[in-house]
Amino acid sequence: MSQRKPSLPPAFRLADFRPALPGRHWANWALPLLVVLGLGIFPLLTGKDVHRETMFTLLRAVVMAVSLNIILGYTGYVSFGHVVFFGLGGYVGFYLVAVQGRTLWEALLAGGLAAGLLAWLIGIGILRLRGAYFALVTIGVNEAVKAFIQNFDPFGGPLGLTMNFSVYQAYGGPRAMLQMTYYILVALAVAAVLLAYAVRTSKFGLGLLSIREDEDAAEVMGVVTPLAKTWAFVLSAILPGMVGALFFFRNGSVEPHEAFPLHLSIEAIVMVMLGGQGTVLGPVLGAAGYQAMRAFLLTNRYLKDIQLTVSGALLLLIVLFIPAGLIGWLRRRFPASRRVLL
Amino acid sequence: MALDWTTALSFLIDGLMLGFVFGVAAMGLTLIWGVMDVINLAHGPLIALAMFGVYLIMNFLGLSNPYPALLLTTLLALPVGMGIYYLAVHRVIDAPHLSSLLATYSVNMMLMGVMNAVFGGAPRNIDFSLGSITLFGDIVVPTARLVAALAAVLIAAALYFFLYRTRVGRYIRAVTDNRDAAELVGVPSTTILALSFGLGVLLAAFAGGLIATIFPFTIFDGGRYELKSFVIGVLGGLGNPIGSLFGGLILGVIEGLVPMFLETSWTPVIEFGLFVFILLVRPTGLFGGKS
Repeated sequence: MSQRKPSLPPAFRLADFRPALPGRHWANWALPLLVVLGLGIFPLLTGKDVHRETMFTLLRAVVMAVSLNIILGYTGYVSFGHVVFFGLGGYVGFYLVAVQGRTLWEALLAGGLAAGLLAWLIGIGILRLRGAYFALVTIGVNEAVKAFIQNFDPFGGPLGLTMNFSVYQAYGGPRAMLQMTYYILVALAVAAVLLAYAVRTSKFGLGLLSIREDEDAAEVMGVVTPLAKTWAFVLSAILPGMVGALFFFRNGSVEPHEAFPLHLSIEAIVMVMLGGQGTVLGPVLGAAGYQAMRAFLLTNRYLKDIQLTVSGALLLLIVLFIPAGLIGWLRRRFPASRRVLL
Repeated sequence: MALDWTTALSFLIDGLMLGFVFGVAAMGLTLIWGVMDVINLAHGPLIALAMFGVYLIMNFLGLSNPYPALLLTTLLALPVGMGIYYLAVHRVIDAPHLSSLLATYSVNMMLMGVMNAVFGGAPRNIDFSLGSITLFGDIVVPTARLVAALAAVLIAAALYFFLYRTRVGRYIRAVTDNRDAAELVGVPSTTILALSFGLGVLLAAFAGGLIATIFPFTIFDGGRYELKSFVIGVLGGLGNPIGSLFGGLILGVIEGLVPMFLETSWTPVIEFGLFVFILLVRPTGLFGGKS
């Protein structure tokens, strides 16, 4: 008796990106967008370069946290090495500009693509497995990619690559370049928030949330979980890759230890947990709050040496006592806020 | 490099001896995973802490031999591990993996922060030498490595005896199999879970102390051995402590043989490739684990 093979529903259709439920309050997307734009515009108002550089670091953290939230918060899978996408995108973009003489735009695109491709490869391989295996792999992947690049001669091996500063002439000189790359980063941060909102409110996002709550039940309800998880991982990788390309273009040099700082991945996790995993506004606030706290700790005479310990203690307190984070806690404590806060 | 048999054999023996030690570190990780489905992400810093523990106790007591300090560090690790369980793990033991991963990771961050502030990143080493002995006529083996390998085998045997021949060991296996059922027949499950976590940390500390007698170390080295423990744990089957010992041997052989064909800096790439490959082909490990 031959049995017809059931055709799998495609896990990722454009139609899945339409909002799953009608009647969303406009503040759901407007609030996070306003926060990001407010942070982005602040240094333009003061006109001080130092504010711009501070905000560059902060917005980089916003992109990392908001992107990480798609796999960590929505889907419930921890990626401990998310910075690998930042580093890989940075290396690919930098290689294109410095060695191949391509433009920044191509570098941004290629950085995002390379990161997405790596995420896809890891995803189809590993995301068939449930639970904690994925976390183990992400810890290893950062080290492995770093070790690989240290041995990879076209990328300069352990010394990395440097850029001739004359490249910046095409973008109006170093000063104008610094300003321009800042605008691009603000645009990327806005894109990250819009993407996070679109995923969160879509049918695809609903599938991810159901995976987080109960993967077996999600599968029974027709979510093709390995594919959905893989795409969630890809979506969470692309923007960090683009930011990496942007960051190292601006930096003028790239080397392995700078490109794969493990602490950046960990800080992104703390930011997501602090603001509220699985929400749109949470990671934005978490990133801003964490950066402010970090600046305070690093300038404090007594606490600067144990900054990591304080972050760790903070993470433990959140995990043990307010696992929903700030926004999640507000939503639970004040049910009326649920319409507005997402 | 000329591929003569003596060189190959000495690389192989070296790798096997280190493999036993790495295997014990992985046993600590996999014991915890098996009993309570928690991946201890503070494993690496705990290994590093044990290295510094041996170093400090040795210097503080003015010993010329690290082994008494190793014993003391190992004994201290049990209450430290139980403390970590009660502080960070107990509240999230039944929560999704996300919570327990992040909870143990926060312990990792706190330990790293403190060690960084206290010891800094400078490399240390334990200043002692047992000389070396010659095996099979022409293979020279440092005695400290041989002692470490023997100690690793001994503690593995002790763990086996403890798990299969004592009452508390039977409790641990009962909680591993089915915690609810174990509680119903009167096993004090919370204490057993804490004890298992402490035992896992004890094994990690023992391995860390042994490694400290062989190699120089920094506070950041723990991460490397943690990664090795993951690879070994997956090779041997997560949740299968005895499988870990064999996984350690396999990794040791690979580490011994890779430098003969490639530069040493490729070792992490190969180890990780193997890790992913095993996860893809046989996620329960070569020797079967807890699904």
